[in-house]
Amino acid sequence: MTVVEENRTPGDELADTPGATGRAHSHGAGTVPDASRAARRTSFEVADFAVPTGREEEWRFSPFARIKALFEVAAAESAPALEVSAPEGVEVRSGSLEEVGAGTGFVPGDRVAAAAWQAGGQAHLVRIPAEAELDEPVLLTLRGTGGATSGHLVVDAGRHSRATVVLDHVGSGTHRGGVEVRAGDGAQLTFVTLQEWDSGAVQVSQQDVLVGRDATVKHFAVTLGGDVVRLSTNVRYAAPGGDAQCLGLYFSDAGQHLEHRLFVDHEATHCKSYVEYKGALQGETARSVWIGDVLIRAAAEGTETYELNRNLVLTDGARADSVPNLEIETGEIVGAGHASATGRFDDEQLFYLQSRGLAEADARRLVVRGFFADILQRIGVPAVQERLLATIETELETTMPAAAGATVPAAGSSTMPAPAGGQQTDAEKAEEN
Amino acid sequence: MATLEIRDLHVSVEADGGSKEILRGVDLTIRSGETHAIMGPNGSGKSTLAYSIAGHPKYEVTGGSVTLDGEDVLEMSVDERARAGLFLAMQYPVEVPGVTVSNFLRTAKTAIDGEAPKLRTWVKDVRSAMEGLRMDASFAERNVNEGFSGGEKKRHEILQMELLRPKFAILDETDSGLDVDALKVVSEGVNRVRQGNDVGMLLITHYTRILRYITPDFVHVFVDGKVAEQGGPELADALEESGYDRFLTPAAG
Ligand SMILES: Nc1ncnc2c1ncn2[C@@H]1O[C@H](COP(=O)(O)OP(=O)(O)OP(=O)(O)O)[C@@H](O)[C@H]1O
Ligand SMILES: [Mg+2]
Repeated sequence: MTVVEENRTPGDELADTPGATGRAHSHGAGTVPDASRAARRTSFEVADFAVPTGREEEWRFSPFARIKALFEVAAAESAPALEVSAPEGVEVRSGSLEEVGAGTGFVPGDRVAAAAWQAGGQAHLVRIPAEAELDEPVLLTLRGTGGATSGHLVVDAGRHSRATVVLDHVGSGTHRGGVEVRAGDGAQLTFVTLQEWDSGAVQVSQQDVLVGRDATVKHFAVTLGGDVVRLSTNVRYAAPGGDAQCLGLYFSDAGQHLEHRLFVDHEATHCKSYVEYKGALQGETARSVWIGDVLIRAAAEGTETYELNRNLVLTDGARADSVPNLEIETGEIVGAGHASATGRFDDEQLFYLQSRGLAEADARRLVVRGFFADILQRIGVPAVQERLLATIETELETTMPAAAGATVPAAGSSTMPAPAGGQQTDAEKAEEN
Repeated sequence: MATLEIRDLHVSVEADGGSKEILRGVDLTIRSGETHAIMGPNGSGKSTLAYSIAGHPKYEVTGGSVTLDGEDVLEMSVDERARAGLFLAMQYPVEVPGVTVSNFLRTAKTAIDGEAPKLRTWVKDVRSAMEGLRMDASFAERNVNEGFSGGEKKRHEILQMELLRPKFAILDETDSGLDVDALKVVSEGVNRVRQGNDVGMLLITHYTRILRYITPDFVHVFVDGKVAEQGGPELADALEESGYDRFLTPAAG
């Protein structure tokens, strides 16, 4: 068994600028006061969850004032519109939670998710028949129109099916959404959730993934829009041999709070999980939170898991929290590890590119593009990848020139203060248990 | 015919809260077609000179001037200097994750020329330059400097120089860390650029080894932040014999 626990400081690729006020926080395992992640309550009853105060471990990172309305069942008035484009053979239905068969692969894990469940409203089912192999992705667009909405989506991939399902969140309003992804035995499913809200939107969602025997599920989260997005993704395995990959990408601008919480619960034997999230932040009040909980229960022999979070802080004042947490209850595993690194923009990279003729804004764009390139490619839907890349570039374009002016004088760099490259950030060292 | 002129250049770095002077009055004139070797012991300020000319923000110019055909280089931003025709092959090139060599080269070429290169000739140019440097074609699809060996990084620097065609190239210890075969390959690349273009070259090195393959027109011995002695190629031979020792004892008077 190998346990790799590292909290890499980014001297190699993400260098720091001394004297900068940008905060980059990173906590190792051990700072989480919960006895065990397994002890966290799940229930369909709102009443089983006390109204949070904001001091709880699971809420303390969230912008409380902006989400507290979502703790009440009554918060939702309507169901959001869902536009569907699905290849032949895929079953798409809407109805009540009961009618779409929700709840076999999903249990609310916090007050908001339970309130959304209880609010009911319209639920949707996307079912890929057993052994179907889809050449085209199923495209779902959830369009908010300014109000408060709740919704639930079930994605049911039959055994040995192969499919990609993309859920795109766009528009405005406040949304609580439950997503229930169930992959049957031997299924290969890619589920992509895109948060491309207009500014002002608030979303708190829980997405549960149930991985069948020998099934392979890729859960891909991309969060670029909205004012507040808090997305909790929970992975469980129904039987041995499952393989889950949770990949994610976020770009937080001034005023945005983008929070991704992962929980991979290993109980079945011989399952694999791999988590990788990458985020960039720019702007004074840009904020991101990444929580990566992995639990390997005593029964989960033969588990292999790795999780990684990497943040690139582009401007002063932005803050990225990164909390990997690995709990291991059995020694009979193949491997387990995590890494977390939060770094500032690398001045040496910038200099290298500029010395090859690239204007500073172009150099920054290239670095950020490069930072996201490999993870973006793994979505596997070229049209979506291209659109997201274009969105990222637009964000960089609109805000970077201003950001650039703050750190480097426009003309003549001979009087620049020293930004020694290759130094460590204030990312804390791993606290090992 | 272009001229790069360095006059009484003083440069400091910020260290331990104070300012530390590293270049203490450098004078150097390089013209198109000339190759100048700068030789000096570790820590004498060779890289500082190279970075200062290229405009690295870490180095503060406290006095003197650098001009390119009379234009004030020190007033230019880093990328403006590159577009004006200056090129620095770095001693320690940095990685740029997620950016392929091929994308990087094309982006740089476009930036330097102010327009995208013609696709067909460009692809051919890149391929033949890579072949000349014995770089496998697969390098084009690898990320810039990521996982490159020391020698591969240096070849990649020379590749850029060949493709970007600068007016003046500064090669900072391009020879260090290369075995004899790699040294020959890299030297051939440098010589191709010297023959093909009317480039002025500043070859920074610690050892005389590379000068067997690239014959300089002038040799400058760099000690303690300035040029201590200059001469022709024979000065390099003298250094080979006696080393830097005689320059290191402070002259009386
Ligand atoms: N950022 C810095 N902070 C403090 N000192 C520095 C800094 N950069 C350079 N120096 C110092 O300046 C001096 C000259 O360094 P430089 O790298 O220019 O030498 P060099 O001649 O290139 O040496 P080498 O042959 O080892 O490459 C050294 O004493 C070095 O420690
Ligand atoms: Mg040096």
